[in-house]
Amino acid sequence: MTTLSPTHPVRRGPRRAYSAIPGETPGTPPWRALKSLILLICVVLVLLPFLAIISTSLADTAQVTKAGGYILWPDNPSFSAYSALLSGGLVSKAMLVSVGITVVGTALSLLSSISLAYGLSRPGSFGHKPILMLLLMSLLFVPGVIPSYLMVKQLGLINSYWSLILPTMINAFNVIVLRSFFMGIPKELIDSARIDGASELSILTRIVLPLSKASVAVIGLFYAVTYWNAFFNALLYINDAAKWPMQMVLRTYVVNNAALSGGQVDAAAGAPLPPAQSLQAAILVLSIVPIVIVYPFLQRHMNKGVMVGAVKG
Amino acid sequence: MTTVQRSAAPAAEEGRGADTRRPRRLRPAGRRDVALFWFAIPGLIVLLLFHYVPLLGNAIAFQDYQPYIGIMHSPWSGLDNFDVLFNGDDQFLRALVNTLQLTLIQVVFVFPAPILLALALNSLVSERIKKWVQNVLYLPHFLSWVVVVALFQQMLGNTGMLNLFLQAHDVGTWNIIGNPELFKSLLTSQVIWKDTGWGTILFLAALSRVDNDLYEAAAMDGASRLRQTWHVTLPALRGLVILLLILRLGDALSVGFEQILLQQGGVGLENSEVMDTYVYNHGLIGGDWGVSAAVGLVKGLVGVVLVLGANKVAHLFGEEGVYKS
Repeated sequence: MTTLSPTHPVRRGPRRAYSAIPGETPGTPPWRALKSLILLICVVLVLLPFLAIISTSLADTAQVTKAGGYILWPDNPSFSAYSALLSGGLVSKAMLVSVGITVVGTALSLLSSISLAYGLSRPGSFGHKPILMLLLMSLLFVPGVIPSYLMVKQLGLINSYWSLILPTMINAFNVIVLRSFFMGIPKELIDSARIDGASELSILTRIVLPLSKASVAVIGLFYAVTYWNAFFNALLYINDAAKWPMQMVLRTYVVNNAALSGGQVDAAAGAPLPPAQSLQAAILVLSIVPIVIVYPFLQRHMNKGVMVGAVKG
Repeated sequence: MTTVQRSAAPAAEEGRGADTRRPRRLRPAGRRDVALFWFAIPGLIVLLLFHYVPLLGNAIAFQDYQPYIGIMHSPWSGLDNFDVLFNGDDQFLRALVNTLQLTLIQVVFVFPAPILLALALNSLVSERIKKWVQNVLYLPHFLSWVVVVALFQQMLGNTGMLNLFLQAHDVGTWNIIGNPELFKSLLTSQVIWKDTGWGTILFLAALSRVDNDLYEAAAMDGASRLRQTWHVTLPALRGLVILLLILRLGDALSVGFEQILLQQGGVGLENSEVMDTYVYNHGLIGGDWGVSAAVGLVKGLVGVVLVLGANKVAHLFGEEGVYKS
């Protein structure tokens, strides 16, 4: 010990000095400049499209015509595209549908996933092994598109909003992540609650859930993002355009470039519609906004969530 | 065992104390935790209903399925549906070839991208800049494919940003979207744009666990930066890379279903039809239920066999793989 202690500060000192982070020694300046440049380009490539669509959605007809299409900076920002889209009509309806599916779906997913994860969180409990097996096997054996479609059809869910919720309600991966958080809670805590006569439900709601708030929040956000982004289920199961969620509207009017007619957006009578580019960009922005709003909450915890999932899954 | 329980039970009712704990410990855990079973039931029902019952629906792969008669009454047709596939149906072969090409392209170009990005991120000196860059690069992962495809159209389409820029500088236009020959490159760059940042999470975590002393020792021995990367960093990532490659193999026949379906209209089927879109186009759109279900079934089975097989091979080479058996 005495022989080691003098060497410690000497060894630690210079390491901290030239490298604040664990990892390789930093390279020579040209190397570092090159790497910074590459990372900068990556960041620009990700952010540039967002800047372009936000600007275009705020541009007025004159500027869009002058630029011939998309623009990087609006001269006279106007919200006419948004007000045309959100004052009733197809897009407002789709926003409502998407928000509704996301809220109801996330709530149901969380409820059933938490309860399933908690039910599986004590190895050796009744039915633990076969149920866990069924959960894990569902990751390996995925029913194809056709059988899934037939099932939803058989249940009479075609054209029903439930077809957008029920088939994706349980995500085995998320359940496994939740379960491993629950299993990390000290056993003594749960045992002592039980000895005090607490039922399993009150153990779950009063001890386990408060201790895993962060992970429940992340899983909830993951579910929410999935519901918001779901496109294929809507394509399969919702034939009635009046019931379309945002992603279907986005596909039809932006990706497939169908023209929005006056009847589908509720522009003031007689007023000309904002330019098509602005409308398309505005639809895009509207379908990204919810993601961007929840994003800060999401990224705060997601590293941890993803790691646990990767290790256990 | 049971006698101890019985005699201890009245004692438990009498009151608190050291004695009350003993019978609880002694009761078999399985029966003690029956209540937990009920917690698992709602989720289990959803899982059975939308995951396992549909698996049975694969039966129509062996049927001459008629939608208006239903699964129960459609006549069985043995392996007829599979016959159409393996005896050189041109459209099926085309889908298979495109799928395998795309898998290969993605393993070569998409798979290493997050590793390289993680290496670059890992060597950033400022922790704050690193966090910020990460948060920006993660973002596209959370966008839907519809949004990503729309963004690419707005950027690279005929009237998109890039072509407006090229026109303004009198370089002409470059048709990227809707060009069959560039379709596979377009798909690949979309995947890279969307998920490379997200993919770095696992690699960065693995990198942060590398013992710093290894780098110091290597530096002491005169290893250059490049050699440090080669001899210390990359070996540290080996297990993870193998794990991810095995998992990727399971998806060898699934290449960007939504992504391709969204853009198929513009480029024609010749270059864009893959297994998943074949199933969709033939089954749900074309009404050829039995054949599509057969393709879907074969595709799923091949995926399972590939994952299990690759895992086995990984074990043979002394790697951990997806699970230990």
